[in-house]
Amino acid sequence: MKEGVARFWREIPQRYNFIGNKCGTCERVFFPPRESCPDCRRKSMGKMKETKLSGKGEVVTYTIIHVGPEDFEEQTPYPIAIIKLEEGPQVTAQIVDCPLDEVKIGMKVESTFRKIQQDGHTGAIYYGYKFKKLR
Amino acid sequence: MRDVAVIGVGLTKFGELWDKSFRQLIAEAGSKAILDAKIEGKDIDALYVGSMSSGRFVDQEHVGALVAEVSGFSQLHIPATRVEGACASGGLAVREGYLSIASGMNDIVVVGGIEKMNDVGGSAATEILATASDQEWEAFFGATFPAIYALIATRHMYEYGTTKEQLAQVAVKNHANGAFNPYAQYQSPISLEAVMKATMVAYPLGLMDCSPVSDGAASLVLCAAEKAKKYTDKPVKIIGSGQASDTLALHGRRDICTLDATVYAAKMAYKQANLTPKDIDFAEVHDCFTIAEICAIEDLGFVKKGEGGKAIDNKITTLDGSLPVNTSGGLKAKGHPVGATGVAQIVELTMQLRGEAGKRQVKDAKIGLAHNVGGSGATCVIHIMEAM
Repeated sequence: MKEGVARFWREIPQRYNFIGNKCGTCERVFFPPRESCPDCRRKSMGKMKETKLSGKGEVVTYTIIHVGPEDFEEQTPYPIAIIKLEEGPQVTAQIVDCPLDEVKIGMKVESTFRKIQQDGHTGAIYYGYKFKKLR
Repeated sequence: MRDVAVIGVGLTKFGELWDKSFRQLIAEAGSKAILDAKIEGKDIDALYVGSMSSGRFVDQEHVGALVAEVSGFSQLHIPATRVEGACASGGLAVREGYLSIASGMNDIVVVGGIEKMNDVGGSAATEILATASDQEWEAFFGATFPAIYALIATRHMYEYGTTKEQLAQVAVKNHANGAFNPYAQYQSPISLEAVMKATMVAYPLGLMDCSPVSDGAASLVLCAAEKAKKYTDKPVKIIGSGQASDTLALHGRRDICTLDATVYAAKMAYKQANLTPKDIDFAEVHDCFTIAEICAIEDLGFVKKGEGGKAIDNKITTLDGSLPVNTSGGLKAKGHPVGATGVAQIVELTMQLRGEAGKRQVKDAKIGLAHNVGGSGATCVIHIMEAM
């Protein structure tokens, strides 16, 4: 095991369920959830409300990774994109179930729950979101 | 605030230095700088060293005191501090040294920067460099460090029509400059075709769009400007210093193609120096990837946003252009031992402003700028220098 399990366990609610939060003062939505709003700062303290995100969004930019980290080597080449979610926040994630030459800026996508990586053969399996073309 | 000058510089060769250890490298760069400045150990008030990840590259933390020890200063008990800001660690060490003299606390400070990256394998180096990005919300999903700069490149191409050939021309230019730098990791020119056809790493960036994995160290001696002439005939003054931060993750930024940390650090440095981008004669910018140099010359205000690619076409940034950029070869050709880079940039500025840059000397170089970035732009530190 390379990492302690708690580090990943703590993030399960967000990574599994796409739960972010919203500033009670300016209504700006954040993902992952933040302790305070960078616009309102102290005025947002104690006013951050949990909110479920739709998981739908649009590709802002992308790359196709040909040389991957060791844990992702068997997946290469794979696309990674920055996705702007409907509610406003941007995330970095893989695009799946899509031919590489169809990945484009502006493409509408939706999140899907997938295995992200595994800590060797006997270690923990980490799950999270990837994105596929919106039908 | 007191004025601060560089009175001595030292570099090791950059490259795959299998026969040299972390300790040997930093001691070599440090002693060269100290001899160049003609100072002695007892003159040194403090020592700052930049290193991104000595813990993971060579299994050694606590390198502030270690550097003092290997430099022969253990019995002088000089205050020694290690500074970290990913690939900007060296630039931050320079700024900490600068601030400590400007404040009046110290008169003479030695600054070092080091990374020994080839003692781990290539994939381990990639993984360690990725710790400069957001581990939980970028790297976790399989984004490598080149991939994050590739995300900037794809968007820059989409918004401004920047081409893969323009990216490649940055590498060609920097290798041409590196050919004149005896300290550079790569000292031979490369062809446009070789860059264009190189193995793809993260589309649109190929292997030759990426700076290499390097070993190396750099060092400076900083001195209160009023005392600098006591040690050297050619002190070079730091006339502006700026630093700024931003989100670790690229996806958290206002604009994918703008490094706001660069914009803000530059504003701070220009204001202090009472200069505008037009006053800069030459610059060392953080070209960890070719796209990074294009963004840098835009964000530093040398060209308008989106015109960084055209600047390459118009040969503005070549050695004989109106604003030579990365005369040392840059990170691309000189090499990028991450903690050393920000210090080595100041060494290049100093050599140019002293008129000691040999075949890569910029004619009438009066004012130079150094731009050092951590991660994909979460940290930026900028210095502007002028010969006294």
